[in-house]
Amino acid sequence: MNPVNYLYLAALLFTIGATGVLIRRNAIVVFMCVELMLNACNLALVAFSRMHGNLDGQIIAFFTMVVAAAEVVVGLAIIVSLFRTRHSASVDDASLMKL
Amino acid sequence: MENLIALLVAAPLLGAAVLLCGGRRLDAVGHWIGTVLAAVSFVIGVVLFADMLGKGAEEREMAQHLFSWVPVESFQADIAFQLDQLSMTFVLLITGVGSLIHVYSIGYMEHDERRRRFFGYLNLFLAAMLLLVLADNYLLLYVGWEGVGLASYLLIGFWQHKPSAATAAKKAFLVNRVGDMGLSIAIMLMFAWFGTFAFGPVLEATGETSEGKLTAIGLMLLLAACGKSAQVPLQSWLGDAMEGPTPVSALIHAATMVTAGVYLIVRSADIFNAAPDAQLVVTVVGAVTLLFGAIVGCAKDDIKKALAGSTMSQIGYMILAAGLGPIGYVFAIMHLVTHGFFKAGLFLGAGSVMHGMNDEVDMRRYGGLRKYMPITFVTFGLGYLAIIGFPGLSGFFSKDKIIEAAFAKGGTEGWILGSVALLGAAITAYYMTRVMLMTFFGEERWRHAPTPSPAEPSAEPAAETRGEYEVPHPHESPKSMTIPMIVLAFGSVFAGGFFSIGDRFMHWLEPVTGHDHGHAPVSAMTVTLATMVVLVIGAGIAYVQYGRRPVPALAPRGSLLTRAARRDLLQDDFNHVVLVRGGEHLTRSLVYVDHSLVDGVVNGTAASMGGLSGRLRKLQNGYARSYAVSMFGGAAVLIAVTLLMRAV
Repeated sequence: MNPVNYLYLAALLFTIGATGVLIRRNAIVVFMCVELMLNACNLALVAFSRMHGNLDGQIIAFFTMVVAAAEVVVGLAIIVSLFRTRHSASVDDASLMKL
Repeated sequence: MENLIALLVAAPLLGAAVLLCGGRRLDAVGHWIGTVLAAVSFVIGVVLFADMLGKGAEEREMAQHLFSWVPVESFQADIAFQLDQLSMTFVLLITGVGSLIHVYSIGYMEHDERRRRFFGYLNLFLAAMLLLVLADNYLLLYVGWEGVGLASYLLIGFWQHKPSAATAAKKAFLVNRVGDMGLSIAIMLMFAWFGTFAFGPVLEATGETSEGKLTAIGLMLLLAACGKSAQVPLQSWLGDAMEGPTPVSALIHAATMVTAGVYLIVRSADIFNAAPDAQLVVTVVGAVTLLFGAIVGCAKDDIKKALAGSTMSQIGYMILAAGLGPIGYVFAIMHLVTHGFFKAGLFLGAGSVMHGMNDEVDMRRYGGLRKYMPITFVTFGLGYLAIIGFPGLSGFFSKDKIIEAAFAKGGTEGWILGSVALLGAAITAYYMTRVMLMTFFGEERWRHAPTPSPAEPSAEPAAETRGEYEVPHPHESPKSMTIPMIVLAFGSVFAGGFFSIGDRFMHWLEPVTGHDHGHAPVSAMTVTLATMVVLVIGAGIAYVQYGRRPVPALAPRGSLLTRAARRDLLQDDFNHVVLVRGGEHLTRSLVYVDHSLVDGVVNGTAASMGGLSGRLRKLQNGYARSYAVSMFGGAAVLIAVTLLMRAV
């Protein structure tokens, strides 16, 4: 199978993820969309690794997963404490950081 | 002998330090300390003079190097003194007249509780003036020059509780500052062009310097002389300086300090000799001032201001003579010395009159005082005869010589200057006769209460003034005041003859200033006769106007010229309109430019920055998704640009 197809799939997943980040209000969904974008990148990296015939891309993909795992820990903690204080998981409700 | 020179300056300086730092415990003896130290300085001067007379004319110059003030490689400023015949003349005049006036002040300031301070200032003045004439370089001369300016300021404003005195002191200080600027520029030019400012090297270097440079230095020196010696256009401070105590007017503003300008020009003779243009300006300034001062003197009713106008005019004679070059230097200094005697005597006489008349200065409130103050009358009268140039008295010899020298200048210039000097002599005779007649002769106008002037309605009603009017009891002043007047009167009578017989004074000064007889187009006899004729005319007119008719108690309105002269020939109005208003307009327009242009640019930049950031601020709205949009948008733009760059 042509590895370029994996790149198309990765681009599609990235676009879905980005669109989700921009248009969804629920923090959990936004968060999942971010994860989707990250995994789209991972898919593209692995595809590149296959195309170029070396392991660089796969190694970077592992790094990305580690960083994503750390990010999930921090991100979920923020979302939980946000929900506890404001009783809402909408990202638009947390708009106090402005002048 | 040389080592005594520094003591001349040190004695009065010590006096000033002791009196000004000593505090109230010296109040009882302060005036004696001041007077004794002034006299010590005079005695040292006489000793040095006797020593100088014992030597040949060429070996008379003495020098004393005290220490190096600023020894930097090419900039050598020394505290060093030079005593030659010219300085010696000044030293004797300053310490002699100075000591007499110290004695006079003991009586005159008797009732002033700040008398100790007054003597401290007088001593400070003597020290500074001696430093000025003894310095062997222009920088040290400048120190003395500023020192006398300071002493003059302190003494004019001595009665500082009077706003008019405080203002007059400030005015004198400011106008002098303009002149001082000229001197400092001249010194800087000398240093730039000659690399030194010691008299010897500078005056030797004049031979190899271009005329233009010397003219520039000469004009700056003249500016300095104009400020200090109250010459047009910097003359306006002298009249107001009469707010100071009378001994100050006599010592500083008649006999010594105001003649510093003449000293400066004669001292810099080599510079002026090589710059004829500068010399011409000097003579013009002198001629204009001698008429200016004389005209002002004619119209003043305040006895001291009339004498101040006269001082201005007589210094105009000296400056004129100094501008004539080697023909005139000797006579400028000779007139300076004789003027020092008779003008100091006249001022002391005026002070004595005021002392006996409850400090009244208006001559229209005097009259017939000769019976009450015989000594003052006689000494003042001798001073009067001396200043108008009565044959045989001091002024006759010195002023005649200046008129003669002006004619001897040659050409049209000589005729014009000579005629101006002659006209000045006539006006001198007029205003001095007027002062004399209004003060000592005629009706005793002080017996009646003053009529309030309709021109300036006084604050209190007329009847009240009349009720409170206290008729003064004119009386002769105490001995401490009359003795200096008598001594000065002797000087006024005999100094001129003593100097002129056998040309003593000329031979004395010639080694320093040089002398040239010039080519007189008219004989000395003719000039003397002409002077006598104008003298009689001037005095005659004054006699007809003030001796034969009663003097009105209120000044008549007078002609346009009289009214202008009463206002000092509009000098203050001129200064106000041209300098004060001009300065105000200049600053106002500068402020306008500053506000509109400079501030406009600065404030405009700030305002546009503020507006821009106000708009940019709205981008931060707190919505995480809107930040995400900008982030994605930015990334998309970056990618697009990268791709486009790759494609090109």
